[in-house]
Amino acid sequence: MKSPKVLILSAPGTNCAVETSNAFAELGAKPEIVSLRLFKEKRVRLLDYDIFILPGGFSYGDEISAGRILAAQVKIHIADIKNFIRMGRPVIGICNGFQVLVKAGILPFSPSCEQSASFVANDSGRFEDRWVHLRINTQNPSLFFKGLPEMIELPVAHGEGKLVLRSPKQLEDLKRNRSIAMQYVSDDGKIAPYPANPNGSVFNIAALTNPDGNCLGMMPHPERYTKIHHHPNWTRQTFQKQAFGMAILKNAVDYCRG
Amino acid sequence: MTEKIENPTLPVQVLSDFNSLGIKELKNLSAQNLWSLNEKEILAVQAYFRSLKRNPTRAEIETVAQSWSEHCRHKTFKSPIRYQEGSKTVLIKNLFEETIARATRQTKKPWCLSVFKDNAGIVSFGKKGQWALAFKVETHNHPCAIEPKGGAETGLGGVIRDVLAAGLGAKPVLSTDIFCVAPPDKKLSLPPKALSPERILRGLIAGVRDYGNRMGIPTAAGGLYFDEGYALNPLVFVGSVGVLPAKAVKKEIRPGDLIVVAGGLTGKDGLHGATFSSANLNGDDHSTAVQIGHPLNEKRVMEALLNARDKKLYHSVTDCGAGGLSSAITEMADIVGARVQLEKESLKASDMEPWEIWVSESQERMVFAVPPSNLKAFEKVFADEGVESRVVGEFVKTGRIEVLWNGRPLINLSLKFISNGIPVEEKKAVYIPPKGNESRALPKKSLAENLKNILSHLNVCSREWLIRQYDHEVQGGTVIKPLQGTRHDGPGDASVIWPQAATKDVSDLSGFAVGHGLNPASGKLDPYQMAWLCADEALRNILCVGADISRAAFLDNFCWGNPENPQVLGSLVKAAMGCRDASLGFQIPFISGKDSLYNESKDASGKMVSIPGTLLISAIAPVPNIEKAVTMDMKGPGNSLYLVGQTGEDMGGSLYHEINGLAGGAVPRVDARCARRNFAAVYQAMSKGLVASAHDLSEGGLLTAVAEMAFSGEFGAMIDLDALPKQKPIYSAEVLLFSETPSRILLEVKPEHEAAFLKCVKGSCVKRVGSSIANPIIKIIGLDGLVLFEESTAPFKAAWQRTVLS
Repeated sequence: MKSPKVLILSAPGTNCAVETSNAFAELGAKPEIVSLRLFKEKRVRLLDYDIFILPGGFSYGDEISAGRILAAQVKIHIADIKNFIRMGRPVIGICNGFQVLVKAGILPFSPSCEQSASFVANDSGRFEDRWVHLRINTQNPSLFFKGLPEMIELPVAHGEGKLVLRSPKQLEDLKRNRSIAMQYVSDDGKIAPYPANPNGSVFNIAALTNPDGNCLGMMPHPERYTKIHHHPNWTRQTFQKQAFGMAILKNAVDYCRG
Repeated sequence: MTEKIENPTLPVQVLSDFNSLGIKELKNLSAQNLWSLNEKEILAVQAYFRSLKRNPTRAEIETVAQSWSEHCRHKTFKSPIRYQEGSKTVLIKNLFEETIARATRQTKKPWCLSVFKDNAGIVSFGKKGQWALAFKVETHNHPCAIEPKGGAETGLGGVIRDVLAAGLGAKPVLSTDIFCVAPPDKKLSLPPKALSPERILRGLIAGVRDYGNRMGIPTAAGGLYFDEGYALNPLVFVGSVGVLPAKAVKKEIRPGDLIVVAGGLTGKDGLHGATFSSANLNGDDHSTAVQIGHPLNEKRVMEALLNARDKKLYHSVTDCGAGGLSSAITEMADIVGARVQLEKESLKASDMEPWEIWVSESQERMVFAVPPSNLKAFEKVFADEGVESRVVGEFVKTGRIEVLWNGRPLINLSLKFISNGIPVEEKKAVYIPPKGNESRALPKKSLAENLKNILSHLNVCSREWLIRQYDHEVQGGTVIKPLQGTRHDGPGDASVIWPQAATKDVSDLSGFAVGHGLNPASGKLDPYQMAWLCADEALRNILCVGADISRAAFLDNFCWGNPENPQVLGSLVKAAMGCRDASLGFQIPFISGKDSLYNESKDASGKMVSIPGTLLISAIAPVPNIEKAVTMDMKGPGNSLYLVGQTGEDMGGSLYHEINGLAGGAVPRVDARCARRNFAAVYQAMSKGLVASAHDLSEGGLLTAVAEMAFSGEFGAMIDLDALPKQKPIYSAEVLLFSETPSRILLEVKPEHEAAFLKCVKGSCVKRVGSSIANPIIKIIGLDGLVLFEESTAPFKAAWQRTVLS
């Protein structure tokens, strides 16, 4: 497959669809920003696409709570999404998209798709935009981190990014089935409190996958680091040579190309 | 969404004895109804209706009042002023025409695509000029004093709609905000209903944050300014930059086009916002004059509008801001004419009088001129985004504005009367220069102590606590961030935006930068020089990140007190003259502007207090290749530091004076010829990649700039005061280190680039004054060749990194 088709879901309040689409186009994929309405009207079939993206933003104004309303809408199409994931096709929920995946019960993964975790307001009590250091879990089977170093940087920008789990046991389960994809760390790679952990997430979790590693939910924004000039320190020229956000998206495209 | 309700059928209200009222009764009527029409104006209205031999409807007077309001008409800037300075008196026929507009005409810049006419100024943009940038900054002061959060939300929402309605519609790619408030840490005695500065500031931030973040538009390039003079009248400047195709700049209404309103429903929110802006705040309740914003609705309107624009479904668009449908439709009808069936407007409140529907300022509405053949397609685009659109009338070639309410005449006015009927009133202005008191001897605080006090001053210290609350990276185009340096926390001079989300073309590396100049402290001493200083600072800010300032454009925003006071008006005139001369001096046109007057209130003792005359000059310029942009953090040891521009004894209005309780001294003057030459050389060097870092010298002068560059880059610096280029011999180290002479920039140049750099700056005033060092210390060599100052940067960074509001 030369140009994988990418479905970028848009709903009222979705903000990051265009830059995500630009990134996929630059990678040679065929991105389409598809309104949720077309789904509802059955004019679009998810299974006609190779990659499924839930982009960032404030879907439905994040009323009730972040991603809650869109999650309920997405849930209507849960059978299609489950199929899509089961077929091994890449899914990425970014920021608000991750919140939607969690509130729709798609992550943390369970066969019944029952919601088992949630997001609450950042410990700081407010919206924050900052670049964070992330450690990729090398045990995670995911297809998204091939060729990336263990430590990367990406920006986060959210007000409700603190991941909370149902129980300590659930955390142990996530560790055991290697579903934790990325953790917030300090610049020397240690698990550290705020501001290294920008929101207070349990176990500094920044990203999760399903156990098969093809469905990724992440709070940081890969589409905001698609060019080295996105990095806050590119003028210092002392940092990594690769735009890590683009590398993550490229892995999804390369995976589809086989 | 809000539920739509059936239209009521309240009768048309005719003011049946209006034509027979005496002047006293007319004035009372104007005051009661918040029309803000003065004596001459209401008499002109009466004369008009007497000539028609009929009494007006309430809706007709409301229409005239909205259209003649200070907000819509800028009466002060456009009516004759008899201006006196010293023994000389001159008659200024039209202040705006004779200052700002004239300068713009004289600069003759072909890349200015639309100036002063549209909802925003528009300049050419992009690798091949196929794009255009629309830029608008306006104030939203009066509503924010009463309801800071709601005011800031609707202010930002309004200026975003201005950009959406610039040309055939621009996609907003950057929001910017500047707040002038009283220091939150000072005990002030305030009158009963006034809000505390802290509450105002928290509200303003929350408003911009919640609205801007939800709109998916990065908020960067902002500012905060603290002065006790804003305790009762905070100033709120909100701005928006949008990108549109160059082909979509022109808009034109054709008779037969349908008048279509799209967006939120109309309710009772925001009655009299336009006329309210002509009133001073005196503790009365004006709560219906403030509107409530809803970003999700505006975002839906934005998406639908941009989609309809690309499908070329309409001929013209304007936003429904102050004055509601009344202003929007009257403005659009302009020389054509309009016929409206007002009952077709969709409502969200049940008890609305027809005149209320006509002037309501309910948010998130736009008015379009749609050719009938496109109506179906237009309605579908909006319905697909969940936005209601409704046809409320058509544009007709009558030269009149005719509004029917359920078949009965509600308004029938000639557009000529609305646009030209306003009586011209000559205003008086007197300029009395403030008495310059002698500067006292400089106190002997240590240099370190002074530097710490400056860095921790409210107007200098870090705004990280604020900047991080705004999503400044959405749309993936913020390639130079507001916070810069090794730890992403240094004070950048400006942000650079690469609007890939608007152009959808990642191969075009064109970006742009926005900067602001605001200096009320100097305005208190000399409003004319203030304008020059603002222009100079705005330019240097964007130059420091690598913008091509030969392509810069200015925006002005004047916030003053009551222009009926000749002295207040005198200082305003003086500032406008400064704008004209700065524009001509730098050869940079103004493309858009706004004014907000009557910023005065009664204080706790009942005395009327006015804000300090405040001018904001905003600059925008392209960064032709974003990969050549520059930041302010020091990049490494062993690099040369070059100072651009000569240092003079410019302590008047300086921060050094303020923190030491000193007054007097002259406000610095800008030498435009010299500055232009220097800036051009600096840009040339930057575009060749020869400048490692650049930072402008502003509040706190040289020592402050050096410290900021050093601690942001985590290196040190050594400066030799003897090497400083000086206007005349200066023997005081304090003056050399803290003087605020304008037009100066500190540059860092790597040794391998030094020869090429020196070639670029040949013939301009750029001198090597020191070098960067590995050790994070600041070392100053005094005029006597001895070490005058040697301190670690860490405590200075700590002083600078205070959080104003946690």
